[in-house]
Amino acid sequence: MAEMERIGNRITKDRLLYLTALAGFFLVPFAAEPFYTRLAGRILIYGLCALSLDLILGYGGMVSFGHAAFLGVGAYTVGILSHHGVTGAWIAWPAAMACAGFAALLIGAVSLRTSGAYFIMITLAFSQMLYYFFAGLADYGGDDGMGLWSRNTLGGPIDLGSHLQFYYLILILLIAVFYFSRRLVHSRFGMVLQGARQNERRMRAIGFPVYRYRLVCFVISGTIAGLSGALIANQALYVSPALMHWSRSGEILVMVILGGMGSLAGPVMGAAGLLLTEEVLSEYTEHWMIVLGPLLILMVLFARGGIYGLLFAGRDS
Amino acid sequence: MNMQLWVVQALNGLQLGVMLFLMSAGLTLVFGIMNLINLAHGSLYMLGAYLAATLQAVTGSFFLACLLAVPAVMGIGFLIEISILRRLYDREHLDQVLATFALILFFNELVRIIWGPQAYFMAIPGPLSGTFEILPGIPYPAYRLAILLAGLGVASALYLFIGRTRLGMIIRAGSTHREMVGALGINIQFLYTLVFGIGAAMAGFAGIMAGPILSVETGMGEPIMILAFVVIVIGGIGSVRGAFAAALLVGVADTFGRVLLPPALSSMVIYILMAGVLCFRPQGLFPGQR
Repeated sequence: MAEMERIGNRITKDRLLYLTALAGFFLVPFAAEPFYTRLAGRILIYGLCALSLDLILGYGGMVSFGHAAFLGVGAYTVGILSHHGVTGAWIAWPAAMACAGFAALLIGAVSLRTSGAYFIMITLAFSQMLYYFFAGLADYGGDDGMGLWSRNTLGGPIDLGSHLQFYYLILILLIAVFYFSRRLVHSRFGMVLQGARQNERRMRAIGFPVYRYRLVCFVISGTIAGLSGALIANQALYVSPALMHWSRSGEILVMVILGGMGSLAGPVMGAAGLLLTEEVLSEYTEHWMIVLGPLLILMVLFARGGIYGLLFAGRDS
Repeated sequence: MNMQLWVVQALNGLQLGVMLFLMSAGLTLVFGIMNLINLAHGSLYMLGAYLAATLQAVTGSFFLACLLAVPAVMGIGFLIEISILRRLYDREHLDQVLATFALILFFNELVRIIWGPQAYFMAIPGPLSGTFEILPGIPYPAYRLAILLAGLGVASALYLFIGRTRLGMIIRAGSTHREMVGALGINIQFLYTLVFGIGAAMAGFAGIMAGPILSVETGMGEPIMILAFVVIVIGGIGSVRGAFAAALLVGVADTFGRVLLPPALSSMVIYILMAGVLCFRPQGLFPGQR
């Protein structure tokens, strides 16, 4: 009974959290200056990307250190299409997702043949490869990247050039992906994936092709990251290889851990936590990283569950 | 003329290879023995270069700077190991990656505070500033040749140290039978600190040697650290011999890729090489004990 009650409490607390967060993000444009709407938009976009990383990291148990590559491929797809005059979001965004998904398929197919430390280093290496590849594309700005003339167009009455409408579109997309991911991790597919994280050998013995399941998950994750890349290109109206710099992969990983991995709300909270900390620290000093670094080390050493873990202490991992 | 190009590029490739070996030997030793992934290895490389640049400016001698900077970086390595990394040996790789990532952020900013954001340039030491005729009619910068020889020297010294000395024997034993070595009364913790210090010194040395031919700036260690990861993946994690072979392979492949292919493709050569090796030998060319 006590167990049931505990679970009951958790669910309501869960829902309460989602509703509060949703209301908070919904109200940002009303309550604050445009600067904060922009910041909240960035948080949502990075939250989306971190969420996609958590699908492979928290649920699949694959420590990928190259997730920014898919973000970058998505952003560059939008940038390159726009450079050639294709500005329709209905074409550019699915194309961004498809390209990022394809990159994830290629990288995943090779990387997933290994595991553990190899996997970390290989994903890092491949993302660096894509970084150099895009930095070498002189036609599209090379190292310096390139600007976009305008945001993509969605058609109808919606004007993405408006910061407000664009912000709400990001919010809607995040909710949609969140719902999709929630269904995914609770589906049979998600269960197999989590089973393989806990005991790969046993899952294989039961007869599940673990490699294929992981690869599909890796591709889904890359596809979502591609969407977040398309959004970031639209928000900043600028794409550059810096988007897929390896330290960006590190930041996305930090977001997931800071928020709490193996949960869907965690990565979004982590994105908020990291970006807000950066914002606050940079108010005080331009050398804010000298503070952030030690803070992160302390977090790794002493606060493993992240923000989500603190809110839902005692929850089984 | 064509012959000259090939010889010079082959030497450039080997020179990059030994630099990569200096980096990857430390990484692979630390991984093989302590089971630690250290992303901050590139920071030690950077610190070596900065310390040497400052010491060279103060003392006026590159060799003196080198002599002082290497032990300094080793000391910094000891400090990092004792204060932070020691707590991470039993943790998951994910924690190690995050903590050492945070260390990179810290060191990059520290360097920016102490030395400022602008890049430094180190002078090539006088006696090595000319060229040396390796084959009749084919001159080669003496300093690059010196890097090549120094790197090979360190590699042989490391080989002899690990293969032929008592301490090296204990290190080898520690990588395969950690508990047993501890049970025989050897201070494992001290051993770990020592191994990390040796790795740090080699990374610092690589940074110092690179100082005069590259610009000394924040984050300079990161690209070469990622290349070193590629090297140890190809060579087999934990294997010093594998790291040596793979470092030379990667150095030569990267150099010739840059000469023969357009820029967007040439930067991909070594990663494709890595993917190729992984397809056929997922554990690398020389699988280590672990």
